[in-house]
Amino acid sequence: MKSPLLLAAVATLATGVALAATADPNRTKILDGYAAQAKAQSPEFAAFSADRGRALYLGPHSGGKAETPACAACHTENPTAQGRHYKTGRAIEPMAVSVTPKRFTDPAEVEKRFERDCPNVLGRACTAREKGDFITFLASR
Amino acid sequence: MRFSIAATAALLLTGNATLASEFERVPPVTHAATLKECGECHMAYQPGLLPAAGWTRIMDGLADHFGDKASLPPDVAADIRGYLTRNAGGGDGQLVRITDQRWWLRKHRFDPTVWQRRTVGAKGNCEACHRTAAKGLYEDD
Repeated sequence: MKSPLLLAAVATLATGVALAATADPNRTKILDGYAAQAKAQSPEFAAFSADRGRALYLGPHSGGKAETPACAACHTENPTAQGRHYKTGRAIEPMAVSVTPKRFTDPAEVEKRFERDCPNVLGRACTAREKGDFITFLASR
Repeated sequence: MRFSIAATAALLLTGNATLASEFERVPPVTHAATLKECGECHMAYQPGLLPAAGWTRIMDGLADHFGDKASLPPDVAADIRGYLTRNAGGGDGQLVRITDQRWWLRKHRFDPTVWQRRTVGAKGNCEACHRTAAKGLYEDD
């Protein structure tokens, strides 16, 4: 009697942990919002891609500031590692959701960072698809 | 230590003790939005380190903040602007860099290669040398 209960408890816990790591409801809502925008911007949009997000993250890009040709310029090529502001040296918490679970859960915070860092890195705003790809990549890390 | 005493003596003699910027202590940042938003990319510098006119220039120029886009939502920016200007110190309001202020230059006359050390990186990285700078305590160590 004890062991099935224990098993059930373990299973519930494990599921809970897995869900927390992959599908925070706030993050899902943010992604859904970007998906709706992406679809509106281009009818052929199907789904976000972690691979495209990875390419965006790693760059290099040419339109932005010379010192920051990629997200990885500050966040390092390994998103589970601590980043470092290229100019001030300030530590930046890892981008990977597995290490920093609160990433991409506050829509205002997410938009603020995209609004700043896309021009810094790309020299232009990011599209909704790029934002979704980026989050999808880092939620998988 | 000897430098500290000399500096203090010089202060007393020149009667500049009313300038917050002349102290090795400035009141710490107590404003949550300032700590969070400014502190994301660099130490949240204490309001006493610039005069109100300097903070006004800084907050007017967030779209190009020393070469980076550092824009904030208008309500947050207004809140931070109010805190910084209400608690501002002395100095030259034309100079938006704390590290260009005369008092700062006087206190940092040494081999300029120190700024290039990996652990320092930039003049604005106060904490590299002043370990308790974030608390407003600028010891000469």
